[in-house]
This record gives sequence, structure tokens and C-alpha cells, in this order.
Amino acid sequence: MFNYTFHWNQALKALPQMLDGALVTLQIALLSMLIGVICALALTGFRLSGNRVLNGFATTWVEIARNTPALFQIYMAHFGLGNFGIHLSPYTALLVGIAFNNAGYLAENFRGALKAIPDTQTRAGRSLGMTAVQAFRYIVLPQMLRIAFLPTTNQMVWAILMTSLGVTVGMNTDLAGVTQELNARSFRTFEFFALAAVIYYIIAKAVTLAARALASRMFRY
Amino acid sequence: MFNTALTWSDLAFLAQGAAMTLAVTAVSVTAGTLLGILFGVIRVQAGPYWSAPLTFVLDVFRSVPLLIQLVLANAFQSIAKLGWAPFTTSCVVLSLYTAAYCTEIVRGGITSVPATTRRAARSLGMTWWQDMRYIVTPLATRVSLPSWIGLTLGVMKDSALVLWLGLIELLRASQILVTRLQEPLFILLICGAVYFLISFPIARLGGYLEKRWSPND
Repeated sequence: MFNYTFHWNQALKALPQMLDGALVTLQIALLSMLIGVICALALTGFRLSGNRVLNGFATTWVEIARNTPALFQIYMAHFGLGNFGIHLSPYTALLVGIAFNNAGYLAENFRGALKAIPDTQTRAGRSLGMTAVQAFRYIVLPQMLRIAFLPTTNQMVWAILMTSLGVTVGMNTDLAGVTQELNARSFRTFEFFALAAVIYYIIAKAVTLAARALASRMFRY
Repeated sequence: MFNTALTWSDLAFLAQGAAMTLAVTAVSVTAGTLLGILFGVIRVQAGPYWSAPLTFVLDVFRSVPLLIQLVLANAFQSIAKLGWAPFTTSCVVLSLYTAAYCTEIVRGGITSVPATTRRAARSLGMTWWQDMRYIVTPLATRVSLPSWIGLTLGVMKDSALVLWLGLIELLRASQILVTRLQEPLFILLICGAVYFLISFPIARLGGYLEKRWSPND
């Protein structure tokens, strides 16, 4: 069946290069999450603001992010913005695409988390003499972060997996891009991509476990 | 005012791409769901210890990027001389990917049925099959269906990645048109609108069912 000799040595020799790529992958994922969380908080605020324009903007963002493929969003950032004379490098396009996607999903998570906290708690806080900001800061926000923490870490894993899409817009420094470049040079597709798969798996698991450990420390009470 | 070089035959080309997206999705979701139900039942019946290998394998499908899975499967089928067409490879990978998520949904559905209800069924003399068929299935479906709809939409969106194997689906079709007509924004907007039109109504239905069938109220 297998008239093929596996050359794992070549792949292992390229491991340092791929690990450098993995660092870029992690960097993009972290940055996109950071931007995503900030945008998502803003979007959640917009939706709660009661202003129709802001609410419409936020809803449009969230629905587009959730109802089109992530790859489409990256294409949009890379090719679509060219119409306006904005030419993003693959790195920026990938970052923008993933951050847009993250923000949409996270905004929905945050809204769900906010909904899960009864209004009565805010009112109780207010009647104890807290200002609206204090009630939000000391009563709603801590609970919201606790509820939204797990979905947010899931989104982080998703962001890591999504970075691999950069290779379709010519990204060649992240893990998938480096692997593809090595593959184009040697045609050892299976070996290189199998190694990349292992690295992705390890990163994803490490993030999940780290998040779990962090959650058990942070949310002890 | 607004000029475009896009012709009706180009739109037909996009429609063909959309049909390919739907075909890949339909095959993968059908096969993936059947596998997912099978694996889900196995996971519940075998318990966490004996189903650990299955859990691990399915977890791999969820922790490795789909693009990498597609490339690996394609490389594997050419190494093993299976001679699969890109369509087959894509469907196999996407089916397993769907199955990996569907297993968790099915497991969640089955475990959501109270043990007491099932014991009551068994003590009325129902066989395991009857219990599964008449007690567990209706109750678990209520819990699982909204997430299953979400999964279907996710697979529909993720099926865009099969363009890497050379399959001309919706996104790849629009990319070809972009290269030829040099109107990226307009064509990509059409492409996005098609995805949105497929996805949004079904997503809304899922949200409605979730609210409607929520077990706690």
C-alpha cells in the first residue's frame, strides 16, 4: 500500500524554524484576542446604550462576524479593502480579520453573560448607595467576567486555529505559513504538516489547561 | 453611476460555487451527524475510562486547524494511492470534523436526560433500545438541536477552507472572478451576502428554538 518512504528527519530538522513560526502564531492570536476583547466590550456597550445608530452598528458587526466564514473576513481585509486604497500586509490582514471575528463572537458571549446577572442585583447595589458605575464595577463586572471566562478561552483556542488561514493570503511567517514554505521547497507535505498539526495540538491544549488553572485560582470563591 | 464588468454568466459561476459549498456541507453534515450519534452513544455507554481513546482522537480533530487536517488528508491519500478526488477528501475530513463536535452535542443531549427517567422506563419493562428510541431520543433532541444547527452552520462556513484543495466553492469562485475582473470589494460583498443569506435565517431559527425549548423555563 505504502510505496513511500517517510523522511521525518527533514521535518525534525526544520523544527526550530517551525517553533519560531509557532511564536508568531501565538503572537497574532494574543493580539487578535486583545483587540477582540476591547472591541467586544465596546460593542456590548453600544448594544446596551439604547442609541439606535450605535446599536445597529454593533448588531451589524456581530451578525456579519458570526454568519460569514472567517476566511471570507480575512479575504475582505486583504483584497476587499484594496478598493479603498488600503493595502494591508498579510500579517495585518490576518490580524484584522481574526480580531473582527473574535469581537463578534465575544460580544455575543459578553451579552449572554450580562443577561445572566439579574437586574435586581444592580438595583440592590444602587439602593445601598452605590453609583451606577460602582454598581457595575463591583457587582456586575466581576460576575460577568467569571461567566464569560470559559467562552473567552474557547475563543482564544479558535483564534489560534484561525491563524492558520493566513497562509491563504500569502502569510509566510506563522506556523502554517512556515510549514507551507518548507513544503513548497521539499514536497514532504505529510511530514511537515503532521509536525505542524502536533505543534498546533500542543499549543491548543496548553492554552486550555493554562486557562483552566487560571480559572481555578481566580474564581476560588 | 455604478459600472461593473460582472455578467450573468459570472453570477451563474458564483451560483455553481455556492452549490458546491452546499453539496460539501450536506454530505459532511449528514455523514458527520450519523458518526457523531454513533460515537456519542458509545462515549456514554462505554464510560469515560473505556472511551478515552475515542475521546482523544475526536479531541485532536477539534484542536488541529481544519486547513492542516485537509492538507494532511490530501497528502495521505496520495501517499496511500487511494486516488480520491478533492471532493471526496474534503468530505471525509469535514465529516470527521463534524463528527468530533457532534459527538459532544449528542453526549450532552443523552446525559441531560435524568437517570431516574431512564430507570423508570427500564423498570416498566422497556428494552435498552426502546428506552433509547422512545425516552432518550425525544428528550435529547430538544436539548441538542439548537447546538446541532449551530454546528451545521459552522461546518458550512468552515467548508470555505476546501478551496485549498482546489475545489471551486463559493469563496474560491469569487476569488477567481476577483482575479479576472479586478473588482474585489463588489464581488466579495456578493459572496459574503450569499453566505449571510444562507446562514442568518437558520441561525435565527436555532436561536428561536434554543429560547423556545430551553428546559428551565
